[in-house]
Order: sequence, then structure tokens, then C-alpha cells
Amino acid sequence: MSDTKFTEEHEWIRVEGGIGTIGITDYAQKQLGDVVYVELPEPGRKVEKGKDMAVVESVKAASEVYAPVSGEVVEINAKLKDEPATVNAAPMAGGWFVKIRLSDPKELEGLLSETAYRDFVRGLH
Amino acid sequence: MNRERITISGDRALAIEEPLIFEQGRPGCSGVDLPEPSGQARLGRFERNGPIGLPDLSEPQIVRHYTRLSQQNYGIDTGFFPLGSCTMKHNPRLNEKLARLPGIADLHPLQPVSTVQGALEIIDTLAHWLKVLTGMPAVAMSPAAGAHGELCGVMAIRAALEAAGDPRKRILVADSAHGTNPATAAACGYTVEAVPTTKEGHVDLDEFKRRLGPDVAGTMITNPNTCGLFERDMIAIAEAVHGIGGYFYCDGANFNAIVGRVRPGDLGIDAMHINLHKTFSTPHGGGGPGSGPVVLSAALAPFAPLPYVVHRGKAFELVEQRDDGQAFGRLKAFHGQMGMFVRALAYMMSHGSDGLAQVSGDAVLNANYLLACLADVLTPAFPGPCMHEALFNDSSLKDTGVTTLDIAKALIDEGYHPMTVYFPLVVHGAMLIEPTETESKDSLDRFIASMRGLVERAKAGDAAYFQDAPRHAPRRRLDETTAARHPILRWRPESAKGEAAE
Amino acid sequence: MRYLPLTEPDRRAMLSRIGVLDIESLFKDVPDAARLRGPVDLPSFKGEIEVERLFAAMAAKNLGTARAPSFLGAGAYRHHVPAAVDALIQRGEFLTSYTPYQPEIAQGTLQYLFEFQTQVALITGMDVANASMYDGASAAAEAVMMATRITRHGRAVLSGGLHPHYREVIATHARFLGFTLDLAAPDPNGAEDLIPRINQGTSCVVVQYPGFFGHLRDYAALAEAAHKVGALLVVVVTEPVALGAVTAPGDMGADIVVGEGQPIGNALSFGGPYVGLFATREKYVRQMPGRLAGQTVDKDGRRGFVLTLSAREQHIRREKATSNICTNSGLCALAFTIHLSLLGEAGFARLARLNHLAALRLSERLAGVPGVEILNDNFFNEFTLRLPVPAAGVVENLAGRGILGGVPASRLYPAEANLADLLIVAATELNTDEDGERLVSGLREVLR
Repeated sequence: MSDTKFTEEHEWIRVEGGIGTIGITDYAQKQLGDVVYVELPEPGRKVEKGKDMAVVESVKAASEVYAPVSGEVVEINAKLKDEPATVNAAPMAGGWFVKIRLSDPKELEGLLSETAYRDFVRGLH
Repeated sequence: MNRERITISGDRALAIEEPLIFEQGRPGCSGVDLPEPSGQARLGRFERNGPIGLPDLSEPQIVRHYTRLSQQNYGIDTGFFPLGSCTMKHNPRLNEKLARLPGIADLHPLQPVSTVQGALEIIDTLAHWLKVLTGMPAVAMSPAAGAHGELCGVMAIRAALEAAGDPRKRILVADSAHGTNPATAAACGYTVEAVPTTKEGHVDLDEFKRRLGPDVAGTMITNPNTCGLFERDMIAIAEAVHGIGGYFYCDGANFNAIVGRVRPGDLGIDAMHINLHKTFSTPHGGGGPGSGPVVLSAALAPFAPLPYVVHRGKAFELVEQRDDGQAFGRLKAFHGQMGMFVRALAYMMSHGSDGLAQVSGDAVLNANYLLACLADVLTPAFPGPCMHEALFNDSSLKDTGVTTLDIAKALIDEGYHPMTVYFPLVVHGAMLIEPTETESKDSLDRFIASMRGLVERAKAGDAAYFQDAPRHAPRRRLDETTAARHPILRWRPESAKGEAAE
Repeated sequence: MRYLPLTEPDRRAMLSRIGVLDIESLFKDVPDAARLRGPVDLPSFKGEIEVERLFAAMAAKNLGTARAPSFLGAGAYRHHVPAAVDALIQRGEFLTSYTPYQPEIAQGTLQYLFEFQTQVALITGMDVANASMYDGASAAAEAVMMATRITRHGRAVLSGGLHPHYREVIATHARFLGFTLDLAAPDPNGAEDLIPRINQGTSCVVVQYPGFFGHLRDYAALAEAAHKVGALLVVVVTEPVALGAVTAPGDMGADIVVGEGQPIGNALSFGGPYVGLFATREKYVRQMPGRLAGQTVDKDGRRGFVLTLSAREQHIRREKATSNICTNSGLCALAFTIHLSLLGEAGFARLARLNHLAALRLSERLAGVPGVEILNDNFFNEFTLRLPVPAAGVVENLAGRGILGGVPASRLYPAEANLADLLIVAATELNTDEDGERLVSGLREVLR
């Protein structure tokens, strides 16, 4: 898990071979409550660091998911369409949202480490 | 309750289960007796092939079906309905009668204007009352609801700025505003910037001024605001926004608190919608239809949408097109919610200028009475006095395991419609209670007793009681998660369900 | 005052409990400059008798369609509404309820909305429908905005057979949201070809069925052409009674069907309140504006209904909502649902047929009036006449004879000189043959 990076908007990204897998954190899914729908970008779309990339909906809330880094969407987690509950059950594993090909791996440097993110979340309360 | 002792039918006296209309009926039944058509249709290839799939039932079956459905609803006629920010006041039946008069209900919107002079007189008279009550020079009558009125007002603002050559970019919206405000600004092509609320529940004037700039088109402020308070700084806000050449939109959803006592025009606003279905008692009808006329300042009046009524000598005329191109456009077909105009005007005339001041006075009195009688068990979000609604936060429920929602559900069992919960968003676990002026003191006292009893029960540690509520409603808590994850938005015949599953 | 239950002793007791001297003290936050010192300049309180008298006097100045042979249509239609409809919608539990935010005590509203959604989906031939919109025109504008969101294309093609008010409402939203329109010229002959106007930038093509001038057109090829470039076909229905007789728009390839529900169950009421219909394909449901009732179960496992997919709406999404709409047209939707339930499959088909036949008979009569030309090869219950003189004057003249003779096209298209002679005429099940005779003889006299 050490190569996983986080944002203050509660996204995570794990990079392997130039491809980053992105999802929302356990803290984020708890804040949202039961996730009922995830709107994902179509593969091929270019996303830009810090700009909205997906929408996650619970019964009483809807929230933008921002791209932690820039790149091109190469794969989406199609399973979420029928089983949005996966985001609640396994936000950091089976509940991933998209995979993107990073256009500038240097952007990763500005993101939070796991420890730094934990401290950040602790500071929210 | 002993769930084992269920009846054979499954019904319980007046609590009768009712299937969908699609699960009833049989071919051969009909609820109408229309004449036998004679003659040959000439629809050619457009003639429909095959059935639509509508059920066939007789009139008694239909009447019973919808009567039973109605009995699963709570209305103002049923009991106390203190839904904050919605102004659920009594709906006089005289208004229903008048809206159905021949010569009103049977008018076609495109009849020659010479044949609808009385209808135009009704619109014009209502417009006059609205202008006098708000102290504003003009009113656009056509918006169909509050949010539609917001759209009208912000479009007028944009049109005025465009005419001056600079539409600008941002609209400042209070963070306590109804969700329709930011949605409206966005629908008019503006970006939205939130203005924070002070600890006292008012728009933060310093923060407001800090956000002003030459790219600000205007601001949207609710007054009285959604915290149930009069915005003391209205005049200063108006001066500040006018100072940068912007416009002041006031959300008039809470006009009931000040009608007949304060004219928003005296506060320096440029536009305000009036929910006829709130302040002027046209029925909410389960969520509409509403009506949201918008009063406009002299600066915005030339940009009002079509159509509007003008006087020509002793006659009324309807302006449906305008050549000078100043009108920003049209918001709906025809001329507005006539049926609602009649009801609202009848309500206003019934009260008169003196009665309307009593309306706001009693509405504010009732809310402050609730605030005073509950302040020792619930925590007021802001110090009083309040306007027409009393707002509490959930701090007194802290560590009880009981939430605002649980209190609402327990109130259902007590025989009340719950207050507004979790709005405004700026107050934690908000409970917004709006009694309106049409509630008697006895009614308020009974509600206060229930509310006090519930809070005491929560503090005594009986969380399970609340989490299980409601027990006595036609339904217990419903599974909204499943509804949203796997939406079933219409009935389908059994055969089609099988196909869909494959 | 009959609507205010507080008595003076009540008020005094309450003020003393609050700890203030008078009601005025509760308004202490109001700036002094804005506080009224006395009542506003309007008449004072009136009893029920006086108010009734005032309204009866204003109503008497109008010529209602119930008192005159009426052939008015053009987006609002006079039909017979069974007595049960009005009796049921006036039940207080329907009339005085609110948006069903507390579903446990709003199952009545939620279930009829679910029935309404099903009925609208069925008659339009679509998968799903919402719980209603303000009216047909605002529904049409919402449809164009939805198509813009789905396709991310910025140009909508509007048919010349689309109701002019609908075109204006769409144009108003386009102006502020920055999408563009390709407006086809008014099409009184029902002959336009929109396919050449479709290109890669097209978000949707909006047509009306039956058209504003009464024509029925087959839109299957248009749908295909739109779909080829990823655009949607939006079909507008202003006279839903037609759907009891004609092929559903969904069967022609429509992606969104919107319409005006007034003709089923609702009075003309001088143009409002009406009820907008909005239906679409399953795959677009999350892009659909407005409220939706959905089926679920309660804690005891019993079927029940809730408002659902509300995360798209303004009270949650605020500036990112699919629409700023909050209110629907619940009670008008209920009237629609009850009327359509009374009609049923057989009654709806019969009502539609009666309308069509009444219009056919009327057209045959009018065809015999010298100088009158009928522009339609086909129609449902409405068609367009070309008169030898401007139609507005003829209509005014007929009104003087107590006949509401139709809608002159110039009322809605005042700037189009070539439409000045056109008169749009509708007939419904309420038009008798005698009505038709009166119009024919009236026209003969006026045109002589």
C-alpha cells in the first residue's frame, strides 16, 4: 500500500507501470453513506488534475470525484453500474472507479502519503 | 404492537391496503360512457396498432381506489403541518370554488382578448395587490413556481446587464439559501459564490462585501432568511451590490412573515418572487402546481418576460410579443397560472390590508410562542425573536443516539407532519418549525407537549423507541437505498418483468 | 377574520409567555425606515359573500367556452372531464398535502405519481416518465437542456411545426445557457425536411406530433438520421388524447417525449395551471430533470413508494443540479391520472376516435365554404384553414356572433405576413354537429 497516494478531496491513486487506479477513500464512503450510483467517464476521455472526473451518489448526497492527476481514462470499473455497494464494501479494492494513463507522473509528488492523509482526516474532527 | 394478530384481509379498519390501478380492472369495464363513434377514421399509417396497456375499471372502483390512496396522505386538513420554509397554512375552500367558476375555468388562453376582459382584470388586480404589498413598480406574472420565478428574476438581471454591455460572471448566494438559488444562477450561465452566515444566523456583511467585484452580476438573498430571521443588513447589502453596478434578487419564499408590515421595495431589492402557494394559500397539491410572480424594480421592469397585461383606455390588453426586444423572452406557454391567480386574489381580498398584517403578525407570534415553549428542552439555533419559523439544532440530542430524523419519525406517530429537517444546511441537525398563522393556540400547545415529551424520552435513553418509529403510519421507514440503487419507476406487467430479468 | 384562529386573549397570553409587550416588538430586526406605520393602501377585509360577488362580476365579463361553440386548440384543448375527477382531487388529503418528503405519510401522493409515471410511459411508448413538470413548454425546454447534457453538442434543431410558445421558451433558455438553435421556418403545410439540418454539432431535433398546424408526420427516418450523429429526437405532444389513436412517438424512435397533459383531466383555466409530461429511455433516466417516484419496501417488507434519484436535484446538488426545478404539478398530474384511469384502454381509444371523427366532419363542412382551403392531408383533431382574408379579423367577427372560431396563426406569429390568412381549428368530443353548422354559417356570413 505504500505506493498509494491520497488527496484532500478523499481520492486515492495507486500507480503501476504508468497506469493509475483511482477510487475514493474509506473515510469518503463513510461520509456519503450507502452509495447508490457512480457516474464514470467514458474510456478515452482526457482528465485534468483537480477537475471533476466522476460523480458518486448516495441517497442524500452527490459528490464530485476529482482527478488526482492528469491523464487519459483507459479503463472504468463497469461492475459499479450494477453493484454500487462495492464502493462501500471495498473502497480501496474492488470499489475502484477508473484507471488512467498518467500524462505527467511528476504530478504524483504533490499528493499525500498514507500517513499524511491519515493525519489530515484526523484533523477534520 | 403484536404483529401476530393480523387480520385475515391484511387490512386494519380504516387502514386499507390498495394495489396499483394496473393490478385491478378487467376488459369490458369502463369508468366513462362515451357515445359510440360513427364514421371512418382517416389516420392511415398513423393508426395505432395494438393496445397501450391501460387497465379498465368502473367509476366506483376508481373512486374507491383514489379515496383509499388519499387516506394514506397527511394534509393540512388532517392536522398540524409545521414544515418550515413551506408555509403550510389553511387553504380556504372559497378559493377552490371561485377558480372553478364558469367564465374562468372554461376560458381558453387564446380566445380573442375582447372575450376575456374579466380574466385580464383578475390578473391586473392581483398584479396591483402584489405591487402595493411589496412596494415595487412592476411584476412578471407568468412564472409557474418559486424556482421558475427565480429563473425569471435572474434572467431579467442578466438581460439588463447584457443590454448595458457586460453580463458579468458571478452571483453571490448565501450559504443558507434554498438549493434552487445556486441552481438558478447556474441555469442562467453564472458561477455561484457562497456567502457565509454569521453565528447570529445572518448574512455576513463583511464577507459579502469582500466578495463583491466588477464581475458580480448580483446577489440572491432570502429575506426573512432560511434561519427564520429578518436580514438586518438588507439595506446595506442593497447599497453595496448597487455600488458595483449589480442587482439584488430577494428570495421571497418567506414573505408570509412580513406581508402587510414591510415592503421589500423599501429595502432596496430589484427582484423578488412570491410563492402564491405559500404566502397566499393556494394549495400545495402534493407538490404543485405553484405560482411564482416576480416583482421587479424600475431598472429591471423593461426586461420582464412576455406576456403581460396593459391598460388601453378602459380595456385591458395582453402584450404577447414586443418589438423593441427588451423583454428577455418567455418562460411558459400562455399567460401564467390563472387558476392560482384567482385563488390568491380571493385570499388577499378576504383578508384585506388589515387582515394581511394580522396574518404576518400571528404567523410570527405563533413561531415565537413555539420557540419560547421549547427553548428549555431543544437548543434554538439562534437567539430570538424569530420571524415566522423557529429553528433548533440537534445539540440537545447529543449522545442520546437519537437523531433529528428520528424525532421527525416519532412525531409522525404522534399525529403530526414533521417539521423541515436538515435544512438550512448551515445548522447541524436542523429542525425548522413553521406553524403559520392558521394554527390555534390549543393546537400549538398539543404539539409542544408532544415535542417536549419526545425530547425527554430521548434524553432518558430510549433510543430504540425512536429508531423504530413510525409504527402507526401507513408505512414504516422505507428503504431508499434499494430504491435508488435499483430504480423501479413504473409498473410493468408480469410477463415483461420476466423478459427484463433475462 | 374567518381564517385566523387566535383570539385576543390567546395573543395576550402568548405574548406574555414570550416576554414581549406586543407583536410589533417581535419585528425588532426590521430597520426603522422599512417599517410600515399603518395598513398598505388596499381595501380591507371582506366576507365570503362579497368576495364571491366580486369574482362573479369579473367572470361574467368573459365569454367562456362552455357558453359558446368553441374550436380553439393550438396547445390547449377543451375536453369533457368526468365529475369524479374534480371530486377526488379536492379531497383535502390530496389538495392540502405537500411534496412527499415524509413517505410514510405520503403514500397516497407517491402511489398516484407512480401510476402517473406508468401511464405517461405507456401512452408515449417510452420506458420511464417523471412525476411531471410545470407545463409542456417548460418540459420541452428541459428536454433540450437534457439532450445538450447527454450529447455534449450545442445546437438544437427546432421544427417549424413546433408550437411557437414552445420555441420561444426553448429560445429563452438557450439565450442564457449559451446553446444555439436552428429554427426552421413555420411549416403550415407539414412539408419541411429537417434531415439536412442535422450535423455533428446537433444535440437534438425537436418536432411536434401532431404538429402545431395539425399535421401527422412519420419521424422514424428523422430519428435514424439524428441517431447517426449521436443526436436525440425529442417529440412534443400538445394533445395527448391523440395518443389513444395514433402510433406512439416511442415507436418512431423518439429518445425524449414531452408534452402538455392539460387535455386529460384538466380545465382550460385560461392557460394554467397545466401539467408537463416528460418521458425518456431507460438509459437516460439519471439525466432526466424533475421528481421521480420509485417503488421500494418498508421495514416490514411491505411495498411502498419514495421519491428517488433525488441526488440529481437542486436541494442536494445546488448549482450542479440537472435543473433548478423544485415544484412539479402534482395535483394536475393527479387529475390526469384519474381521468385516464376512468377512460381505461377502451375509453381512451374511443375518446381519441370521437375527437378525430368530430374534426373530420368539421373539415368536410368547412371545405364547402367558398374561399376556404384546408391545408392538411391528414390530422388528428385539429387542422389549418387558409382564408381569403386575414384570420384575426374573422375570429374577432365570429366572437361578436358568440362563436369562438379557432386560433389565427397571426396571434402567435404576428410578424409572418404569409401566415396572416391561416386559421387553426380544433374539434373535440364536446363539439356537436350543430356547433359545426354555426361555425360554417358564421364563416359564410363573415367571408361574404
